Amino acid sequence: MMLSIKNLHASIGGKEILKGINLEIKAGEVHAIMGPNGSGKSTLSSVLAGREDYEVTEGSVIFNGKNLLELSPEDRAREGLFLAFQYPIEIPGVSNVNFLKTAINEIRAYKGLEPMEAKDFLARLKEKQKLVELDGKLANRSVNEGFSGGEKKRNEIFQMAMLDPCLSILDETDSGLDIDALRIVAGGVNKLKSKDNATIVITHYQRLLDYIVPDVVHVLFNGKIVKTGSKELALELEEKGYDFIKEEIGA
Amino acid sequence: MANEILAEQISSEYKYGFVTDIEADNAPKGLNEDIIRFISKKKNEPQWMLEYRLKAFKYWLTLEEPNWAHVSYIKPNFQDIIYYSAPKPKVQLNSLDEVDPELLKTFEKLGISIEEQKRLSGVESRIAVDIVMDSVSVKTTFKETLSEKGIIFCSFGEAVQEHPELVKKYMGSVVPYTDNFYAALNSAVFTDGSFCYIPKGVRCPMELSTYFRINASGTGQFERTLIVADEDAYVSYLEGCTAPMRDENQLHAAVVEIVTHKNAEVKYSTVQNWYPGDKNGKGGIFNFVTKRGVCLEDNSKISWTQVETGSAVTWKYPSVILKGDNSIGEFYSVALTNNHQQADTGTKMIHLGKNTRSTIISKGISAGFSNNSYRGLVRIAKGASNARNFSQCDSLLMGDKCGAHTFPYIEIKDKSAIVEHEATTSKIGEDQLFYCKQRGIDNEKAIGLIVNGYCKEVLNKLPMEFAVEAQKLLSVSLEGSVG
Repeated sequence: MMLSIKNLHASIGGKEILKGINLEIKAGEVHAIMGPNGSGKSTLSSVLAGREDYEVTEGSVIFNGKNLLELSPEDRAREGLFLAFQYPIEIPGVSNVNFLKTAINEIRAYKGLEPMEAKDFLARLKEKQKLVELDGKLANRSVNEGFSGGEKKRNEIFQMAMLDPCLSILDETDSGLDIDALRIVAGGVNKLKSKDNATIVITHYQRLLDYIVPDVVHVLFNGKIVKTGSKELALELEEKGYDFIKEEIGA
Repeated sequence: MANEILAEQISSEYKYGFVTDIEADNAPKGLNEDIIRFISKKKNEPQWMLEYRLKAFKYWLTLEEPNWAHVSYIKPNFQDIIYYSAPKPKVQLNSLDEVDPELLKTFEKLGISIEEQKRLSGVESRIAVDIVMDSVSVKTTFKETLSEKGIIFCSFGEAVQEHPELVKKYMGSVVPYTDNFYAALNSAVFTDGSFCYIPKGVRCPMELSTYFRINASGTGQFERTLIVADEDAYVSYLEGCTAPMRDENQLHAAVVEIVTHKNAEVKYSTVQNWYPGDKNGKGGIFNFVTKRGVCLEDNSKISWTQVETGSAVTWKYPSVILKGDNSIGEFYSVALTNNHQQADTGTKMIHLGKNTRSTIISKGISAGFSNNSYRGLVRIAKGASNARNFSQCDSLLMGDKCGAHTFPYIEIKDKSAIVEHEATTSKIGEDQLFYCKQRGIDNEKAIGLIVNGYCKEVLNKLPMEFAVEAQKLLSVSLEGSVG
């Protein structure tokens, strides 16, 4: 088991958002987490990534045999957890290339490896740029500064490709994307998929799941996973809306 | 979160805080005419130099220490300072073998090699260095190479002896001794510094550099630098400085003058890393410096680039008087204050000639309990038609105990002027830090990245070797400053 979440409760400013999440993910799987606004989807990704605004009050998260909740955010990243941000952050004056080189070498140092050779880095850069059809110029521009919404999201997937994580969480990566950008982003994610890694796709809409086909779909509602099913569940949700879930669970 | 870490803030290590144990030849403490005569005699100066000093001293006695800057400190007791300190032996040094080995070790620690091994082995270093320790210049390298091109690069004391006509002509022509309290003091008691003259039509083939080091306790450092670029000449000049960690405050009051003739260009870069005091604000250098250049003739250019991370209190406004038509003045500055440091720094761009242009890019970074002020004047005189200025003053705050202030003064007497001023204040974002951490980059490294990104426009102006050093310095100076 790559990721095992048991009875996870988390709150922010005293308000409980996650109310007992249970989730297990194996290598090679793609899980979609769907749910209406305010159901706790982004909170779950923030808690997993280690954002300090949230307080975990109960439960456990084991990631590749380690207690994830005890690790600092940077160590979680170094252990192979990657979060594609819903709203990627701009860092003026820091080039994408420099940012990624720093990140890769920090991760390597954590694993006791030497910094990556410049030529290997450049080769990887070139290869992964193609994957998300990222303009070479964007790689040299400051991190996300002045990027369009679509470019920012593509840049997230580009970073994911460069860092080669074990578990990727895509937090509403489809929001703000037109259909072409969506196809490119999803195509990148699919190409990165392997039997050794796993992906959590957090989304509002079924649309993204036409491109990234999940093995399992979870419905998150009011801080709990209330329904789990196959990819057909996403279609059902799309058709009937979230109300049918509410009725089903008697909310 | 940020507050917790701020509370247990550790001051970054100041790696230049060592003291070199070499015998020094000191003047007695205190300041009076006898001391000035003593300094002048020690330096074997001509009568005119002594008279200049005495005039400056008399004028200084009539002045009061300025207190308009946004800094507060206990004023130095000028009678409690040693105004002359020279590392012994004070003999003419002909070869490195004669240099005190302790002194050589100091330079090694500072990371500057004055051993011209590279040149001997056929690899030419691109930097010529003048080293000023306490009050005197200890060693100037590459003098011969430079003199082949007619370039004079020597200690100020030597220039007074060897090139009195040039010193007489230019010294005090940009910063007269009547300019301000510290300039007057410097004019009276300055002990050494660097002198540089680039003759007509010569582009200096290497970076010239002066390295200032305060070593002896209880001393003040008062150096003077004079750079003259004759018609069509060009030089890039670097200045670095460090001092030992001491509990006392030491005064550094320098004067730098630059003169450019027709079509000439001088680029002056500083990485100022005087000891900033400890995390409680004890000790550190008072850095009260007057730096000014004049674009004396048409089409000339003076560019100041400074990275200021050191000193307990900084009071410094590298300025340009744009006298020649079409002349250009530039000021690129990064001033970083942490712990209890205080900086009041900026520039003055005085437009007198027609079609003159100036650019000011100032990046302030405040952390800890520090106060960081930008103070700048843009003056467009009557008749300075079509003058242009662009100013950008950005402040970055880390934590909630520090201050950033901007005092821009704009005086426009000519209607054709176009003056633009932009200012921003931002806080280093938790979001930015978290984003970096989520990519595996820890807090310290993330701050280094973000701050260096913020300063990029200025760092890009520094010569390569300096830029790398400055980047490291910025990261080191902020260690432990934000959570």
